[in-house]
Amino acid sequence: MINSHDILETINMIDNENLDVRTITMGISLLDCIDEDIDKACAKVYDKICRYAKDLVKTGESISKDYGIPIIHKRIAVTPIAMLAAACPTKSPVKFAETLDRAAAEVGVNFVGGYSALVHKGFAPGDYALIESIPQALASTERVCSSVNIGTTKAGINMDAVAKMGRVILKSAELTADRECIGAAKLVVFCNAPEDNPFMAGAFHGPGEPDCVINVGVSGPGVVRAAVAKAQGCNITEIADIIKKTAFKITRAGMLVAGEASKRLSVPFGIVDLSLAPTPAIGDSVAHILEEMGLEECGGYGTTACLALLNDAVKKGGVMASSHVGGLSGAFIPVTEDAGMIDAARSKTLTLTKLEAMTAVCSVGLDMIAIPGDTPADVISGIIADEAAIGMVNSKTTAVRLIPAIGKKAGEELNFGGLLGGGPIMDVNMKSPSKFISRGGRIPAPMQSLKN
Amino acid sequence: MNAVITVLGKDNVGILAAVSGECAKVGVNIVEVTQSVLQGMFAMIMFVDISSSTIPFSELVDMLTEKGEEKGVKIHVMHEDIFNAMHKV
Repeated sequence: MINSHDILETINMIDNENLDVRTITMGISLLDCIDEDIDKACAKVYDKICRYAKDLVKTGESISKDYGIPIIHKRIAVTPIAMLAAACPTKSPVKFAETLDRAAAEVGVNFVGGYSALVHKGFAPGDYALIESIPQALASTERVCSSVNIGTTKAGINMDAVAKMGRVILKSAELTADRECIGAAKLVVFCNAPEDNPFMAGAFHGPGEPDCVINVGVSGPGVVRAAVAKAQGCNITEIADIIKKTAFKITRAGMLVAGEASKRLSVPFGIVDLSLAPTPAIGDSVAHILEEMGLEECGGYGTTACLALLNDAVKKGGVMASSHVGGLSGAFIPVTEDAGMIDAARSKTLTLTKLEAMTAVCSVGLDMIAIPGDTPADVISGIIADEAAIGMVNSKTTAVRLIPAIGKKAGEELNFGGLLGGGPIMDVNMKSPSKFISRGGRIPAPMQSLKN
Repeated sequence: MNAVITVLGKDNVGILAAVSGECAKVGVNIVEVTQSVLQGMFAMIMFVDISSSTIPFSELVDMLTEKGEEKGVKIHVMHEDIFNAMHKV
């Protein structure tokens, strides 16, 4: 029999601590849609997405109702579009983006990820054209998200791609300057990108994935914060145990939803992504967990250590709760999407340099950070190179999602609204890395032994 | 199939009757009830068997949620699997 304390705890988590399943993401392979006639390819893409995902939103809503747990997003990730664009080199790939946007609207999902290219070792046919077209694609569509993988631990870092992505990020912001530069918020540059990540904007359906798959991203920073808040007087070992136990419960809810979605949609289950994904809502902040552990404000000394503990404990707790774990799995630190990070950035306790250190121990990287609109492309490339180096050397995923606020300076604010939130434009060190960035070439893959 | 109905809120006359009346109307069998009133706050947990329910589960959820609003309490109706998943290894 179920214990009444457990029942009331679950209900309290949902009602007061923002427990939710953040996303059910359907991964769809588009490899069988490749055609040298771009119109035919787009028609196949549209048909396949609409056919496979027609019941996705409805099924998500009905699972949510049956189990009483909110499922916030239903989304789609597709094969990196550069692979399709390779077959029709004379046409602009933007047409694929517009097709994805239409298909997403038709099936009712709010984002579709996969306007992507994997160029960590070099550019294949299609990659170059796709990367060039990203700013236009993000400006002319609403629901399409884009990502580019520019490095891996095994391949090193493609510095030509790093140089290019600095310019692409800037251009994506410029083309959407009238909409709070939202284009750049839908673009992620990765090192060690996971092929099964269900979270946007970096979701894509990797070439090693099956035809169709269901991946689920859990969340619950509010639940973890509340659990830590109750642990007054506990030492840090006990705090780690409390986080593990809480992460276990959150992940089990995600696993239940994933299994049910897989069964009802007759699509194989892929992975559960054990992430703490904050939202701008009060009580749903990763920064507030760190502060609950005993920091005066997120960004001060001790932040990196607290985040390392949190990230590790979330994984340890979640791993046993799910049969397959993947994606990004850990604590996210997107500045504009986290109420506590926004406050810490406003008070300048949280700086870009501290965030860079935090990314060495968190699950993603420099995420949702507004920077001055006059930041040169080479400086953005320098930030990407540093972040990718952290990921490459530490065999972890790192990412950069910066939003150059065109026409605005540090201290002013950008406001996207909704889950993307908003926040202050952060100071950037403008010393130029131009000569380094313009050299091009590749940073060789690092040693995997003699680790010091 | 079993579900768990929880009722939380300020105690007032007829909450138990209202919920059990709604259940009876649609063939939902009450298996066990535990309830407590602590400082005027009412907390009831009801285990029900919905295998003979005459309406789909989602309609039962809507019906009882509405009833809760009418009586000024918060009613959750959830499949028991969510609790088993989260609280049992």
